Amino acid sequence: MSLALFIEQLLNGVQFGLMLFLMAAGLTLVFGVMGLINLAHGSLYMIGAFICAGVAAATGNFWIGLAAGVAAAAAAGAIIEVTVIRRLYARDHLDQVLATFALILILSEGTSMLFGPFPLYLSRPDSLAGTVHLGFGFNYSLYRLALIGFGVAVAIGLWMLITRTQLGVRIRAGESDREMIAALGVNIKALYTVVFALGAALAGLAGALVGSIQSVQVGMGEPVLILAFVVIVIGGIGSIKGALVGALLVGVIDTMGRFLLPRLFDLLFEAGRATDIGAAIASMLIYMLMAAVLLLRPKGLFPAHG
Amino acid sequence: MDETRKEFWLNAVLLIGLFATPVIALMIDEPFYVTLSTRVAIFALAAVGLNIALGLGGMVSFGHALYFGLGGYVAGIMAHHAFSGVPMVFGLSGSDQMLVIWPVAMLLSGLIAAIVGALSLRTSGIFFIMITLAFAQMAYYFAIGWPTYGGEDGLSIFVRNQFPGLNTMQTWNMFLLAYGALVIALVLFAMLRNARFGAALMAIRQNPERVAAVGISPFGIKLAAFVISGMITGLSGAMMADLNRFVSPSMMSWHTSGQLIVICILGGVGRLFGPVAGAAVFVGFEVVFGGLTQHWQFWLGLVLLGVVLFARGGVIGIIAGRERHG
Amino acid sequence: MAEPVLDLAGVSKSFGALKATQDVSLTLMPGEIHALIGPNGAGKSTLMALVSGKLAPDSGRIVVQGQDVSGLSVAQRARLGLGRSFQVSSLIPEYSARRNVMLALQARQGHSYRMLWPVRRDRSLTEPAEEILARVGLEGRASVPSETLSHGERRLLEIAVALALEPAAFLLDEPMAGMGAEGARTLTAFLDTLRAEAPILLVEHDMDAVFALADRVSVLANGRVIATGSVAEIRADPAVREAYLGEEEGA
Repeated sequence: MSLALFIEQLLNGVQFGLMLFLMAAGLTLVFGVMGLINLAHGSLYMIGAFICAGVAAATGNFWIGLAAGVAAAAAAGAIIEVTVIRRLYARDHLDQVLATFALILILSEGTSMLFGPFPLYLSRPDSLAGTVHLGFGFNYSLYRLALIGFGVAVAIGLWMLITRTQLGVRIRAGESDREMIAALGVNIKALYTVVFALGAALAGLAGALVGSIQSVQVGMGEPVLILAFVVIVIGGIGSIKGALVGALLVGVIDTMGRFLLPRLFDLLFEAGRATDIGAAIASMLIYMLMAAVLLLRPKGLFPAHG
Repeated sequence: MDETRKEFWLNAVLLIGLFATPVIALMIDEPFYVTLSTRVAIFALAAVGLNIALGLGGMVSFGHALYFGLGGYVAGIMAHHAFSGVPMVFGLSGSDQMLVIWPVAMLLSGLIAAIVGALSLRTSGIFFIMITLAFAQMAYYFAIGWPTYGGEDGLSIFVRNQFPGLNTMQTWNMFLLAYGALVIALVLFAMLRNARFGAALMAIRQNPERVAAVGISPFGIKLAAFVISGMITGLSGAMMADLNRFVSPSMMSWHTSGQLIVICILGGVGRLFGPVAGAAVFVGFEVVFGGLTQHWQFWLGLVLLGVVLFARGGVIGIIAGRERHG
Repeated sequence: MAEPVLDLAGVSKSFGALKATQDVSLTLMPGEIHALIGPNGAGKSTLMALVSGKLAPDSGRIVVQGQDVSGLSVAQRARLGLGRSFQVSSLIPEYSARRNVMLALQARQGHSYRMLWPVRRDRSLTEPAEEILARVGLEGRASVPSETLSHGERRLLEIAVALALEPAAFLLDEPMAGMGAEGARTLTAFLDTLRAEAPILLVEHDMDAVFALADRVSVLANGRVIATGSVAEIRADPAVREAYLGEEEGA
């Protein structure tokens, strides 16, 4: 194992973590402001990827595809909020789970009706093709590096949005006291739609960006959604900071675990299947991390309320 | 007719109907419907398990596929070793006897449910949902990643496991076993619900603070319910593996967890026969719409959305009204 | 002198910079009604939560019948003899009045893990439940789900549930809240007889009831006990008049 390979995996982990952050940020915002658990968040990720792939293929331009994917996810989010989600805020979590589970079925099958059962191919933009030299003879994929840049930029942008803008003030007020902001004359219905659409746009962005390193297919959002849940449990629900820290932890530990554990098992044990068992255990690492966090801090690392 | 009586008759219809369907199917030589009825019975059994946690205790476990799959893998792995003659861990040999496999499946499911429950019941609400889901997903990825028992491809049971005095290769006998287990589980559910345990559990769902204030610790009661719930669902998983003669990680996927919740809700959550009605509706829907379009889940989603938004009581709630606790 | 049933010694609780309870010491003696009064925000709710176990004190000790319960949970304290009623009725909404009382009886008897025998046919639960409901005057409403009882009936059911626990001490949090004049008078007369069963720590805004019932009154202001004494002493205490009664009369 060379140092270069190690650094490459580490960067991959950071990149993965930042994409998870885009997912988790939307989920945690929606929960913090509206108290809603949205299982269909992964479907918005999928929509972002599909529209991006479709439009990029039609126009031949990745960036137009990306913009279209984000816009489509935001629009889908707004439509879903107005037609379905809005009726769920006052309901219990069971109803929220069921209704959003139903939305997954509808959106997944709907996508496969529209685009067919086969995965789409989304190629990286030419301007970000190839690798970049990072010194010491180490090369890294330019596209992945750009993803890291994107993730950091969005994290900063989100932080500015929440701390510096009028919308951010309202979002923070909504997290602490819903009746209060209604009393202040804020149009709470519109605020909820905007927050939901914002979360959807972030999910769509993540889907579109990741779509060109993985394949674009129905159901692609679900594994990411579950990882985003793990991120939120670790970071603390409703906390953007928690989502960022949790996402980076999960991204790096998952990637490094999958990279290192099979090698470690190979060294420690003779049997031919040690690598496989190492890989199987690596896939459980982040859940063990989650269990440990639960034991020590049941409300997560950065609990949003008290 | 008063509502309690309506529910009684509806339950009788479901119980007799589930038995009569395969009988008629055998008479008119349509063995497909025997298998189908067995599927309904096993899914209903799984959902009876979930109904204890979800319906009585209000614990929205989005990870019951974990116990379903675990039971399935117990059946598959024990059969696999019995077939090959190679011992399992610690020199224990496999078994192709259902009467050995079922208790092992239940004990193992109960043990895992105790661990998951002890961790996840430290939290509540939305956290509980996400954590149960995450633990099930962990098992799912482990099953995919661990190649010894087939990994992603799953594990076949070449010869269906044995039950003394019954030829299990005949579907009708499989149905009898599943139906028998379902009836026993329903009786158990009814007893448990009417007993002090159920009184405490249902009260905790409604107002845990009040229950603590009279001196009953909600945590212990909920954990016990969660463990029993996992054990019953684990048993159903072992039966499903034998029915299909196949077990795969998809038994543990979160879609399966979702399906089990959907079955509970479609039938009527917390109701004695809710899981039976729900399983019948679900499997029926799958067969009817699955035959018409490959996108049947799209329509299932629409129906489910409608039920959640407009018909909360499920089938039994629509017919027999709200439940009363005199 | 008899041992106190409930003994608070130097109990404090802060939420960040807010000192909700500061060094509170008070006792509840056998056979007495000890009323806890104070203006809104004085810390009565926090103190109630500390005694019942919903909150853990930062410092100080809470002793029930000689046993330190400071580190125990709500359920454990209830089993040791603290029978509380809630300020806002907190019942099992879908359960009938009878089932609400039966749940408390079941908790008192233990055996909540019994899974076989139906409670409906358990006469060790049903019979005492009927008696207790009759005592508070709810015998005709036994089968009504508590969520459809009237407000006043729910207040009575709160008392019935506390009675069913046969506690060493009652913690009654504003039992008169929203009762109406007639109901409050009836309940006052009932509580008067209750002290013979177990002493009552009574948080109450209804001053008529407090002055009619209390053997001792403690006045809470800004999280501290500023005075403890008989009704007459409290009425005469200038500090109390300033902190509380004066304010009330001026309003």
